[in-house]
Amino acid sequence: MAEAAIEARGLTKSFGDVRALDGIDLSAPAGTILGLLGPNGAGKTTAVRILTTLLPPDGGSARVAGFDVVRDAAALRAQIGLAGQYAAVDENLTGFENLEMVGRLYHLGRRPAKERSRELLERFSLTDAADRLAKTYSGGMRRRLDLAAALVARPPVLFLDEPTTGLDPRSRLQLLEMIEARVAAGTTVLLTTQTLDEADRLADRIAVIDHGRVIAEGTPDELKSRVGGERLEVTLEEYDQEPAAIDALAPLADERPKCEHGILVMPLKRKRGGIAEAVRRLDAAGVGIADIAVKRPTLDDVFIVLTGHAAEESADDELEEAVA
Amino acid sequence: MSALSYAISDTAVVAQRNLRRIPRQPDLWVSFTIQPVIFVLLFVFVFGGAIQTPGYDDYVDFLMPGIIVQTMSFGGFVTALGLSDDLRKGLIDRFRSLPMARSAVLAGRTLADVATNMVALAVMIVVGVLVGFNFSSSPLEVVAGIGLLLLFGYAFSWVFAFIALNSNSAEGAQALGFMVIFPLTFASSAFVPPASMPSWLEAFAKANPFSTIVDATRALFVNAPAGNDVWVALLWCVGLIAVFATLSVYQYRRAVSS
Repeated sequence: MAEAAIEARGLTKSFGDVRALDGIDLSAPAGTILGLLGPNGAGKTTAVRILTTLLPPDGGSARVAGFDVVRDAAALRAQIGLAGQYAAVDENLTGFENLEMVGRLYHLGRRPAKERSRELLERFSLTDAADRLAKTYSGGMRRRLDLAAALVARPPVLFLDEPTTGLDPRSRLQLLEMIEARVAAGTTVLLTTQTLDEADRLADRIAVIDHGRVIAEGTPDELKSRVGGERLEVTLEEYDQEPAAIDALAPLADERPKCEHGILVMPLKRKRGGIAEAVRRLDAAGVGIADIAVKRPTLDDVFIVLTGHAAEESADDELEEAVA
Repeated sequence: MSALSYAISDTAVVAQRNLRRIPRQPDLWVSFTIQPVIFVLLFVFVFGGAIQTPGYDDYVDFLMPGIIVQTMSFGGFVTALGLSDDLRKGLIDRFRSLPMARSAVLAGRTLADVATNMVALAVMIVVGVLVGFNFSSSPLEVVAGIGLLLLFGYAFSWVFAFIALNSNSAEGAQALGFMVIFPLTFASSAFVPPASMPSWLEAFAKANPFSTIVDATRALFVNAPAGNDVWVALLWCVGLIAVFATLSVYQYRRAVSS
């Protein structure tokens, strides 16, 4: 395999007494998506800021697209695109003017910057809004414009800091599709997120970060299997049918299903057909079903398994945000 | 292209961006031009009658150069507010992640703010003439005076750029700016002759660079005795730009919003 597009070794960074990064190693081969998963204040944004040359690390080293983030910062900036949590577009410029400005600052040249801007507005369904001031845009449109700005120079490495935070489900889906399209075209992406779901959908590998450390790393499937994967949750119509339900479903699980307050929970061994099989068995046993659902592990589940505590916001977060 | 030509073209792109924004933010520059007009009316009609200005037939001739210098320094607030806004909205982060010259965001900002200062200067001159101000120098001197005022405004944009980069918010930058500007402008020769002040304050007012700029402007606009004021004023402007541009760019490179 060629040199990794993103490679970080032992990155540390402190703000005053708070250790935002406590020795982080990251690696993403070219053309893949690396997901950084963690709660607010875990150090995700600090890592992105260091990798995009906005912040010097206290210790450790990192190379992006073959350039050292400290020594070759100036050359590296031509190779990266950054879209942030706060949709950094100029509200008092139109969508077109925003992209054209970014293109010229990437030194594309006057005419190529204009052409590239039109092309991106088209691709991000913003052509109709191209000549409107960005302050009239909806949240989803701003995020799209922000992402388009990050793509102006066709950077080989893209950093997306919680790109879907605050978006409605439809805009979120649109944005995820656009990110997938970039990776299909060969771009390497580092994406931070707070939702396992998003990391699962997009990332080839996930690094789980807590208190400035990588506490787990692997493919989404590896992580989910550590957490226990998907669970089947059955709400019974009658409490006194609990033993019957447990007997009926026991053959589907490695361990005996647990049942409390009329809700039966069990790990789902087989993803396909698991629900249908469970329904058939419960029906055959004469157990009434009020509700049945597959629950995916959440960020909290991951954290409880990996760290023993829920993904709560740590106090350092506020500090990190205050200085960030 | 060389680093220098990139620095120039990047600065031009940022300046163009800021110039485009000016007509789209009328609240910003309307308040910035109306406030000094109110000051003129206040000083000419309310305080003017009580202020003795030996050597001047009319207080308005003494006042206008001083109040215009103050207006130019207030132009720094436009710089500070613009930069604070860019910092807060993450635009400075975006700029810093781009392969553009490190000086361009600030240089483009301060350059565009010269345009706002030109508008304010034009309004002040019109208002001044309407309330009875007379230029009594040659047209060439008037033009030189206008050039000096714009240079001074540009210098103050750099001072305020530095203030904004070291403040956590626009409000913080504004408060700090007022703390710098009010004592400097009022304890100077801008509104009253320093000779009328207590001796300790008179000494401060005479050493105050604001007085030097005001006296130089008076020399160029109403033929007041100048001495070396014009040259010293130029030196002050160049010195302020050199010091604060260096400090601001340094601050931008390393610590902005870290």
